[in-house]
Amino acid sequence: MEQNGFFGQWGGAYIPEILHQTFAELTLALRRAQDDPKFWQEYLELMSTYSCRPTPLTFAENLTRHFGGAKIYIKREDLNHTGAHKANNVMGQGLLVKRMGKKRVIAETGAGQHGMATATMAAKFGLECTIYMGEVDVLRQRPNVFWMEKMGATVVPVQDGSKTLKDAINEAFRDWVTNVDSTHYVLGTACGPAPFPEMVSWFQSIIGTEARKQILARHGKLPARVYACVGGGSNAMGIFQGFLDNPEVQLVGVEAGGKGLDSGMHASRLCGKDASPGIAQGYKTMFLQNSDGQMRETHSVAAGLDYVGVSPILSDLAEKGRVRFESATDAEVMTALDLTMRMEGIIPALESTHGFVQAFKEAPGLSPDDAIIINQSGRGDKDIFTIAHAFDDPSWKAFIIARAKEYAK
Amino acid sequence: MQLEKKLRSRLENKKILLMTHIVLGYPSMATNRQVIEQMVAGGVDCIEMQIPFSEPMADGPVILKANQDSLAAGTKIADCLAFGAEMTAHYDIPFLFMTYYNIVFKYGEEKFFKDCRSAGIDGLIIPDLPPEMGGNFFKLATEYQVAPVLIFAPTSTDARMVELNKSAAGFIYCVARRGVTGKQSEFGEDFNAYLTRCRAATTLPLAVGFGIRNREDVAAITGKAEMAVIGSETIRLVDAHGPEAVGPFIAGLR
Repeated sequence: MEQNGFFGQWGGAYIPEILHQTFAELTLALRRAQDDPKFWQEYLELMSTYSCRPTPLTFAENLTRHFGGAKIYIKREDLNHTGAHKANNVMGQGLLVKRMGKKRVIAETGAGQHGMATATMAAKFGLECTIYMGEVDVLRQRPNVFWMEKMGATVVPVQDGSKTLKDAINEAFRDWVTNVDSTHYVLGTACGPAPFPEMVSWFQSIIGTEARKQILARHGKLPARVYACVGGGSNAMGIFQGFLDNPEVQLVGVEAGGKGLDSGMHASRLCGKDASPGIAQGYKTMFLQNSDGQMRETHSVAAGLDYVGVSPILSDLAEKGRVRFESATDAEVMTALDLTMRMEGIIPALESTHGFVQAFKEAPGLSPDDAIIINQSGRGDKDIFTIAHAFDDPSWKAFIIARAKEYAK
Repeated sequence: MQLEKKLRSRLENKKILLMTHIVLGYPSMATNRQVIEQMVAGGVDCIEMQIPFSEPMADGPVILKANQDSLAAGTKIADCLAFGAEMTAHYDIPFLFMTYYNIVFKYGEEKFFKDCRSAGIDGLIIPDLPPEMGGNFFKLATEYQVAPVLIFAPTSTDARMVELNKSAAGFIYCVARRGVTGKQSEFGEDFNAYLTRCRAATTLPLAVGFGIRNREDVAAITGKAEMAVIGSETIRLVDAHGPEAVGPFIAGLR
């Protein structure tokens, strides 16, 4: 990282003055933690006792046979506590919050996984917790809202702007500038003002460290390619960091293609032509915006990928050619999800399934001596309403109608 | 720069100056025109015109909604610059643009300064551009003589205020409290101690904003700061009672 939190020309900390001091304190707390080997030990201990780390690397034997090319391995972040990689970041920030002595945490959430993880951490560490969630996402991720509330968090539906992730982030910042003394903002992805991109990536590097060890043990050599979906970019940064120094390992980030890159209804910042450099939400990256600099509406079947910006670290890695970016459409995602469930008995989140789509496209062209890893960033059962709806599942619909009738009495 | 001179000369026969705020294109530029006419008639000394942005991170619900409605009605940056030029040609008070950095960045920093200069704009308030992120911006501000107004906050340390002052011009915008725009502020002991710290860090005039809504609030800061900033309150007033309510409201503030 360069001066002032920049990665190449990307990143920085474009923050209102009211937050300057808090960012200075946060950066100091982060540096102290990074310099203290006991901190990482405590983190590993927590993640192996409260969560299920190390998460397994699963050999997808049936999919491998089906595609007839590279050996397909799946890194199982879905088996983390709360069902996604989000817990890695949240528990790490929780330990920092304890060191900083703050009593309240706030977070934004898109798919609800980060909100879930934050509510969990707050319950465990005895912190007050408020989660901001776009109203559109509240509706499409209702089960997560239920659990967050059950764990004692206040969930605030955000009704501004596009009512999705970016608006939840703005609202969380508004809370933070108001309650800056008592509150830490647990930003959920490798975006936002410095030091968040670096800090979140640091906590998520646990994925890559494990995956590297696991693939060497199982396959005897490094993988040919590593695939990860990219919303904000934290799961991708997590797994990619295990292989960044090995140029022979191709790193592939898969963005939300929505209804297609030419449809204007997608969330592809680094592949596709609709994004341009900009500064919003406290950092510089590629944003989906118009020529006046106003952010555009984005679309994805996966709430967690439905975001206008992307990690500045990934913008830098894209510019340097170290990470290749592709996209997967909503329709491709449903097909790949169906196949994965049927062949492996694994339910990836809609977000994670984007990575599967691209891996499935490329696996047949690789040699059986090669291995590829797909980062399954989260589990799909949270998406039951969206997935059942997309599959137009008749028995599910009948169940909902019957249950609604019962509640209407 | 001109902005400070203009404010100082207005201070010669006033105990405190008033700066008001509008969101361009909300509810329309036609209404903006009427509101500004009312503001000037009511005696304001300076007006900040906010160029709407889709992600106004530092603004509270009233101004946030005004930003969104303005953009939904199709407000473009070029319209805002043209409107600014029209106002500076028409009225003899300083006009500023307030917006977020992406608007300037996408427009092109140098072109933005050039166009502000030719529109007769005296200053810029960009709340998400701290000096350490805006090397070129602050150079251009000097070159084009458009004052970069910087913000002090109650959370700013003394050392930080001194640092900010090095890049600031025109006046210092002292945020009265933590939080976003449009909520009540208290002007008690803590506030006085904060303003004393602000004063020690700069020789520029001090403007106090966030939560100033009435004559009592303005009276509370008279003698402590050079300018009071009325933000969200006039938007509420126009929403509820129309532009013609603004003139009497402003005239009644001091």
